[in-house]
Amino acid sequence: MAIDTIWVLAEQQDGAPVPTALELLTQARAMAGTVKAVTWGGGAEGLAGTLGEYGAQVVYDLGDLGGKLPGPLVAAALAERVRSGDQPDAIFVPTTYDGRDIAGRLSARLDVPVLTNVVGLVEENGELRSEHAVFGGTQIVTARFTGARPGIFVIRAKSFPAESAGGGPASVETLTVPEVGAVSAASVQQRHVEERSGPKLDEADVVVSGGRGLGAAEHYALVEELARLLHGAAGASRAIVDAGWVPYSHQVGQTGKTVKPTLYIACGISGATQHLVGMKGAKHIIAINKDPEAPIFSVADLGIVGDVHKVLPKLIEALKARS
Amino acid sequence: MNVVVCAKQIPDPAAPPALDPERHTLVRDGKLILDDSDAYGVEMGLQLAGDDGEVTLVSMAPNGEVSGLRTALAMGAAKAILVSDEALRGTDALGTAKVLAKAIERVNPDLVIAATESTDGYTGTTPVQLAELLGLPSVTFAKKVTVEGGKVRVERQTEAGYDEVECPLPCVVTVTAGVVEPRYPSFKGIMAAKSKPVEQLTVADLGLSPDEVGFGGARQEIVSVVPAEERGAGEIVTDEGDAHERIIQFLEQLKLI
Repeated sequence: MAIDTIWVLAEQQDGAPVPTALELLTQARAMAGTVKAVTWGGGAEGLAGTLGEYGAQVVYDLGDLGGKLPGPLVAAALAERVRSGDQPDAIFVPTTYDGRDIAGRLSARLDVPVLTNVVGLVEENGELRSEHAVFGGTQIVTARFTGARPGIFVIRAKSFPAESAGGGPASVETLTVPEVGAVSAASVQQRHVEERSGPKLDEADVVVSGGRGLGAAEHYALVEELARLLHGAAGASRAIVDAGWVPYSHQVGQTGKTVKPTLYIACGISGATQHLVGMKGAKHIIAINKDPEAPIFSVADLGIVGDVHKVLPKLIEALKARS
Repeated sequence: MNVVVCAKQIPDPAAPPALDPERHTLVRDGKLILDDSDAYGVEMGLQLAGDDGEVTLVSMAPNGEVSGLRTALAMGAAKAILVSDEALRGTDALGTAKVLAKAIERVNPDLVIAATESTDGYTGTTPVQLAELLGLPSVTFAKKVTVEGGKVRVERQTEAGYDEVECPLPCVVTVTAGVVEPRYPSFKGIMAAKSKPVEQLTVADLGLSPDEVGFGGARQEIVSVVPAEERGAGEIVTDEGDAHERIIQFLEQLKLI
């Protein structure tokens, strides 16, 4: 059995497909002859150009969902499509808040399992196998589905490069969203966008992150200042997010964002496995920590054994003096 | 209001994890503790249940372990349902959701709370699969939860910030770490927890067939486990007051400044 058709859930943000959707399309077109993107939230015609360019031949559009959370509606529409006989071999889902909702609902509706936290995909004997980084990224697990298709793979950001194929726009087909009753009763009343200056955390070339070694919430300003001077984004370990020092949106790691910048600077982060998973793909890593035994040093290209409260202010002054 | 909190008992995350040599699944024998991620859900549940309601824990474990549940009972949960059965070994996220759904149907709660994902397996889909099986709406990634007039209002994490989401009860809510500050069990709570009811059920008690759970029901398998490419440690510099100069050099080499 070969892999013929892959669907890619193309979530959008600010009127464009999220970067992971383009990464998944790039990978899907290398593995299957037919690639279809699934869109929702309106504006499919505007997305079809980019989605086509990255490898989608067809866009299945569910239209505007009227402020409902997408999970149950997108899952119901796709499940209906699959049951009608239009069955892909695999469905690629970006690891996003809504992506996980859709994957979970679809899995239950179709009664097929789901593989999540995928960081790689390979084809073997005409079937897809997924790779997962476990134990802080020290081991790679390869898994496969043994039952009926489609296989639902929820794939982490930055697992594949996004490369344009130079194709023309995808053709848009509208799918009907079935009436699902109570399960879709959750609706968004208001959206709040957090103010952000500088690049996005998962797209920045430089990421400066802080951890518990900063000692207190107000010292996170040092991390932000250094990130600003390097035109980068400020990240955080789970420990200080849980402690309420910084919002969850800054979290790098297994439960947060995966980043692969040119340079990652870890300030006062010990390097728990949960953090390493999210950042060890960085091209270069600098770590500053006063504990010479901290695991973060095992992945750092340059490790500074020292106090962040002494090193960071001097570094910031030196950078300011140059600009 | 009556609340069910899904509580997972996991191997101590501080201990080195081990994989079963044959199946490559996580070894979950021996003593299990309450997943830290679930302590937030238990606390949230206790606060929302109020004086006229109670929190019921629902959990699944292959080996009859209850020590993690005792921790949550000591925090203030009223009782627990533990589905425990050898047949559950190897159950995946969807199978877990099927088991939890059957157990939760017995309680018929106003609200089901779970963590966004567990610390040991972190598949992160079980609560939503559960909601679908129960025919309930769900709001995931809650960083703030309030209940008023038969509706739950949630501040739900998004890529850009957060959404205010409204959902009628009953529903499933998943909470992020930090949503509330979990209380420490008091001595009195710990003593009381010893005599709180923990109902133990088997797969058959729930009316599920053994082939819907366990390794067979998972319909997925781990083919191999290999060490990842190691990222070697580089240069280590002990700060003598001038380490920032070495960092500047490094930044220059990368042409970032």
